[in-house]
Amino acid sequence: MSVVAPPRVPGRPPLRIGRRVSGVWRPRSMLVAVLGLAATVLAMAVNIGRGEYPISVLEVLGVLFGGGDEVGRFIVLELRLPRSLTGSLVGVAFAISGAIMQAIARNPLASPDIIGINAGAGAAAVGVIVLGGTYGAVSGLVAVVGVPVAALAGGLLTATLIYLLAYRKGIEGYRLVLIGIGINAVCVSVTSWLLIVADVTDAGRAVVWLNGSLNARGWEHVAPVGLALLVLVPAALLLAFVLGALQFNDDTARGLGIRVNGARTALLLVAVALASVAVASAGPIVFVALVAPQLALRLVGSSRPPLLASATVGAALTVTADLIARTAFGATALPVGIVTAVLGAPFLLYLLARGNREVRV
Amino acid sequence: MTTVAPRHPLGAGRGGAGAGMLAGLRRRRLLVVALLVALLVLACLASVAVGAKAIPLGEVWSALVAPTGGENDIVVRALRVPRTILGIIVGAALGVAGGLMQGHTRNPLAEPGILGVNAGAALAVVIAIYTLGITSLLGFVWFAFAGALVASVLVFVLGSVGRGGATPVTLALAGAAVTVFLFALVQAVILLDQQALDVYRFWVVGALSGRDPAVIVAVLPFMAAGLLLALAHAPGLNALAMGEDVARALGQSIPRTRVVGVTAITLLTGSAVAAAGPIAFLGLVVPHVARYLTGPDHRWLLPNAALLGASLILVADVAGRVVVRPGELQVGIVLALVGAPFFVALVRRTRLMTL
Repeated sequence: MSVVAPPRVPGRPPLRIGRRVSGVWRPRSMLVAVLGLAATVLAMAVNIGRGEYPISVLEVLGVLFGGGDEVGRFIVLELRLPRSLTGSLVGVAFAISGAIMQAIARNPLASPDIIGINAGAGAAAVGVIVLGGTYGAVSGLVAVVGVPVAALAGGLLTATLIYLLAYRKGIEGYRLVLIGIGINAVCVSVTSWLLIVADVTDAGRAVVWLNGSLNARGWEHVAPVGLALLVLVPAALLLAFVLGALQFNDDTARGLGIRVNGARTALLLVAVALASVAVASAGPIVFVALVAPQLALRLVGSSRPPLLASATVGAALTVTADLIARTAFGATALPVGIVTAVLGAPFLLYLLARGNREVRV
Repeated sequence: MTTVAPRHPLGAGRGGAGAGMLAGLRRRRLLVVALLVALLVLACLASVAVGAKAIPLGEVWSALVAPTGGENDIVVRALRVPRTILGIIVGAALGVAGGLMQGHTRNPLAEPGILGVNAGAALAVVIAIYTLGITSLLGFVWFAFAGALVASVLVFVLGSVGRGGATPVTLALAGAAVTVFLFALVQAVILLDQQALDVYRFWVVGALSGRDPAVIVAVLPFMAAGLLLALAHAPGLNALAMGEDVARALGQSIPRTRVVGVTAITLLTGSAVAAAGPIAFLGLVVPHVARYLTGPDHRWLLPNAALLGASLILVADVAGRVVVRPGELQVGIVLALVGAPFFVALVRRTRLMTL
């Protein structure tokens, strides 16, 4: 029995693991992903080092890789690492979610912060803060479990609603985005109603949450988002295999043997779950899901947002934004979401000014 | 080369049957206007009579004509009538502004809320509260104007710089993106200052209640100017509806029509937002219904949109008073809940209708 040599395509060197798994070896994508990871670790080290008791970057890195003295270990591992770790995990979740959605909709604007998933999660969480709160102090079980669970449920519910409304013999990118924009408006208006009903202190807390904040994060906050990512990221990477084929029109994708609607639904489900988990963990941090995949796309030079590179770029972005938010304005520590908004906005305007050429009806 | 027989532009259709059709159309349009006026009158009566304290129409009448200073008289004259007047002018302004936006962009999804104008006004108002300590609605007016203008120009420019100009989708997307950005900045400001949050949260929801009657006086001149401009350039808008090339060939000055249009839109939405807060979806729904009733001629569409907008906002306001008695649901929320399904239905149509 003669083995037929697998076809080789110029410019697409194969990467084979065994006989059943194969892909295209893209060194630049890997390089960007690794660089993003390095940037994340560095940003985390700087972020951990800054504070009441400053620690040098080298010392922090030493502790992170297993060295350091007693005091340093306690401060770094118990007090400061959870915050940066939550930030980077949330960044990964937002970025992968955005990358998948943008690839499916073939539109950079189709990220969870624009199509209303963040707004839905936000409305649900604000509802819990406002209706379950007692004058400024959401306490006990409600604060630890209620707000994140409400955000998760709100995000998933909103996404389901958008999906059902946008479904019309299949899912089309622009219809998904436009319906998302409509639903977003409703969620925003519900949120503003809740803010009126609330006591002003509760409203203040709700606004802090709505901006996305990493304040006072401990290991108990890292664990849920970490576990969720452990399931969702591999699922995303596996499902993303068909993203390349989905870039063509539906007929071509079907001709290539893709179950178009099934694949899209599964991918969207993972993307929405990632975004909802991230919102539940740190609040709706805007623009990470929009900017990170686009940045990674430009760094890699690929045709669609690369998932792994987006993930590490997203983590690096979020941690850096948190670093700026904590330290750039002296004593007032801003929520990280404000920094991502201010940094992301110019990029968004650039995308809009240029990207219109790529948007097709 | 084949020769094309010359045809008179005003061909034979002008005679006999055509004139009859035209007269029929005119009758139909006048009938629609009469019905809309009747609807508005009914909505006004309901708005004055219905509320936490229901007042019989007879007493409303006597309160208006011969006040005796009783409790009902005070409620009617000091609360309900100003509120109703505010509703009429805001609704009319938003309805016409929506019609103008849809006409100029030839975009069925154009609407002040979707296109980021509200967000621009919101940011300007918040900055006014935060930096200058302004807390009265009267003081917001100028800031809301400025914000609305900047945001609308920004969205129009961003939505149309690419190849192919402004399509329905690019404009809606540009508007949504700018809205997200501006509201993020709004959040940043109100986070720094709880005082600002407390003023802002009651403005942003969009309501007719609790607004100072002096606001009506302050915004009325701008709304009137905006309405006049809108009606005056309706014929130019009709020509533009056939495309810029055709309009130019018909002798229209495109830049002038555009500038007049954007000025009118800004005056109308800016003053409406300043008076009542951002109210979404009204400007979207009303022009569509008006177009359904009277056809695409802007000379009829715009006045009808004004009547219909005023009626719709009053009905929504009354509904908000009735559903959660004795509390109130603000009119902005009622309209979002009613308008969003309408928006979704528009998007779901197989092809986005192009105007």
